[in-house]
Amino acid sequence: MDTAIAVQVDDLTVAYNYKPVLWDIDLSIPEGVLMAIVGPNGAGKSTLIKSILGIIKPIAGSIQIYKKPYKKQRSLVAYVPQKGSVDWDFPTTALDVVMMGTYGSLGWIKRPGQKEKKASLEALEKVGMLGFKNRQISQLSGGQQQRIFLARALVQNASIYFMDEPFQGVDATTEKAIINILKELRKAGKTVIVVHHDLQTVPEYFDWVTFLNVKKIATGPVKDIFNDDNLTKTYGINYKVAINK
Amino acid sequence: MNLKEYIELVFTDYTLRTITLGTAVLGAICGMLGSFAVLRKQSLLGDAISHASLPGIAIAFLIIGTKNSSVFLIGALISGLVGTFWIRGIIRKTHLKSDTALGLILSLFFGFGMLLLTYIQKRPNANQAGLESYLFGQAATLLENDVWIMVIVTSISLLILLIFWKELKLLLFDSDYTKTLGFNTKFLDILITTFIVIAIVLGLQTVGVVLMSAMLLAPAAAARQWTNSLSVMVILAALFGALSGVFGTAISASYNNLSTGPVIVLVAGVFVLFSFIFSPQRGLLFREIRFRKNRRDLKLHKTLSFMYDIASTHENITHPHAIRILNNFQGFTKKSLQELEDKNYVKIDGNMWSMTEIGYKTAANLYNQLTNSKDE
Repeated sequence: MDTAIAVQVDDLTVAYNYKPVLWDIDLSIPEGVLMAIVGPNGAGKSTLIKSILGIIKPIAGSIQIYKKPYKKQRSLVAYVPQKGSVDWDFPTTALDVVMMGTYGSLGWIKRPGQKEKKASLEALEKVGMLGFKNRQISQLSGGQQQRIFLARALVQNASIYFMDEPFQGVDATTEKAIINILKELRKAGKTVIVVHHDLQTVPEYFDWVTFLNVKKIATGPVKDIFNDDNLTKTYGINYKVAINK
Repeated sequence: MNLKEYIELVFTDYTLRTITLGTAVLGAICGMLGSFAVLRKQSLLGDAISHASLPGIAIAFLIIGTKNSSVFLIGALISGLVGTFWIRGIIRKTHLKSDTALGLILSLFFGFGMLLLTYIQKRPNANQAGLESYLFGQAATLLENDVWIMVIVTSISLLILLIFWKELKLLLFDSDYTKTLGFNTKFLDILITTFIVIAIVLGLQTVGVVLMSAMLLAPAAAARQWTNSLSVMVILAALFGALSGVFGTAISASYNNLSTGPVIVLVAGVFVLFSFIFSPQRGLLFREIRFRKNRRDLKLHKTLSFMYDIASTHENITHPHAIRILNNFQGFTKKSLQELEDKNYVKIDGNMWSMTEIGYKTAANLYNQLTNSKDE
C-alpha cells in the first residue's frame, strides 16, 4: 500500500492504577480512511483515543502523526469528546462553543476575531445548526449538542479527526447527518477515527475497522476483516446472528 | 450607632470608610474568582482551603509573637496552599474520592489550628487577644494597609482573568479538549487555584475561617441565575459580592460590632435566595408560572383538536354539535370551553357548540406546529 500513514501507534500500554487498560497496541492508520474502533465496554476504546491525543499519559509507547511526534503535529488533529464529558449547563452559547475550535490555532492570549467567527458560523451551517447559534447550550437537545461538538472540530480544519462515540444518544436523522459529514471529510482526503458501538452499521458507514479489547485484535479494511471470527475474538461470544443480514 | 448614622459616617469617618472599602473589594474578588470555583465544581475546595489556613495564622503568631495581619496572611497562604496540594495528592495517589479528601484535610487542619489557638490563649501574653476573631471575622480590625493589599491583589487577578480569559473559559468548559489544543492545563489550573487560595486568605480577617467559602460561592451561585454568559456572570458575581460586603459590614457595625462574617454571609444568602426565586429564566417563580401556563395552553389545545376531529367529519365545519359529547373528553371543562369562545375559536349557542373558521385553521395548524417545533 503506498498511501501515507496518518497515525502510527507503537507498543502503547496504558494502565489505571494496576489494571492495564490497553496492552501493547501497535496500530497503523492509513491516510484517508473512515475508521471505526469497536470493542466491548471497558475495552479501552476511549482510552486509546485519549492516549493518542495526550490526554492520558501512557506507561509506554509512542504516537506519531505523519511520522512526527504528536506534540509537533497538534494542529493537524481535531477531537470530538464524548458528549457527556462536559457540563452542558455551562453559561455559554452554541456559537461560543464552536469558536473554541479556533483557540488552538490562535494560541495563547490572542482573542478570536471576525475571521474566526466567520469560520465558526460556516461550521455551524455545515452541521445544520446555524439557526441555533445564540442558543444557550443547555437548551439544545442531545443530538444538537453532538452537532455543536462536531462543528467545533470542523472549525479546527484538521487532517485527522478523532471522535468518541459521536452517535451516542442521537436520533436517526442526526446520525444520518453526522455520517454524511464524516463521509464528506473522507472525500476531502481527511482521516476520521470514530469510537463506535453499533456493529450493525459498521459495514455501511466505515471502510476501515479496528477491533479492540485491551489488546488489538485486528485492524484493516472492513470488507476483509469485519467477520464473525474477529467479532467473536473481540466480544467473546458468537456474533453470527447479530451480523448476518 | 444605628444604620442611619453609619451611612452618614461612611462618607466622613476615615476608619469606617476603610472598612467599607475593604469589604467591598473583598466581596468583588471573591465573587469574581468564586464563579470559577463554582463552574469547576470545586465549591468545597474553598471551604477546605479556608479551614486549612487556620494553623498557618496560629503558627505565624507563635513565631512573631504579635498580631500583624500581613504576616498572618502569609502564614495562612502557606498553610492554605499546603492543604490544597495535599488534597490534590490524596485524590491522585489514593482511591479516595475528592469529597473524602476535602473533608479529611478540612477537619485535620482546622483541628490542628484550634489546638494551637487554645494553646496560645493559655499562654501569658497580652497580645493574643482577638486572635480568635479569625474564626468568624471582624471587619473592624481592617487597616488601610490591609485594604491596599486587597486592592492590589484584586487588580492583579482581574488582569490575569482578562489576559487568560479565553484559555480559562475553555478549561472550565472542557479541560480534555483544552489539552488537545496544546494549552498547558496544569499551568492554568494552578493559576486559577492559586488566585482562589489568595482570595480566601484575604477574606479570613473580615469573614473568618469558618464561613469564608460562602463568600466565594454565594455571589457566584446568585449570579448564575441571571445570565447565560460567563462574562456577565463574573461581573454580576463581583457586584453581588461587593454589595454583600458593604451591607454586611454596615449591619454588623451598626449593631454593637457583631462578628462580620456571619452577617456578610447572611446578606449574600439573601442575594442567593432572591435570585433562586425571582430570576426570570431559571428562577423558581417564573418557572412555575411558565409551567402552569403551558399546561393550561396544552389542555386548551387538546380540547380544540378534539373538536377539530369532530367538526372535520362534517362537510360544513361550522356545523353545531352538542356540548354533551365533549364530556367524555379528558381535559374538557366549562372553563376551557369559555376560553376557546373568548379566543373566537368556537361559538356557543345554548348547549350546542360550533367551530369558527379561525378555530378550524388554528386547530389544523396545531399538529404541524407540534411536529415542527420539536427538537430534531
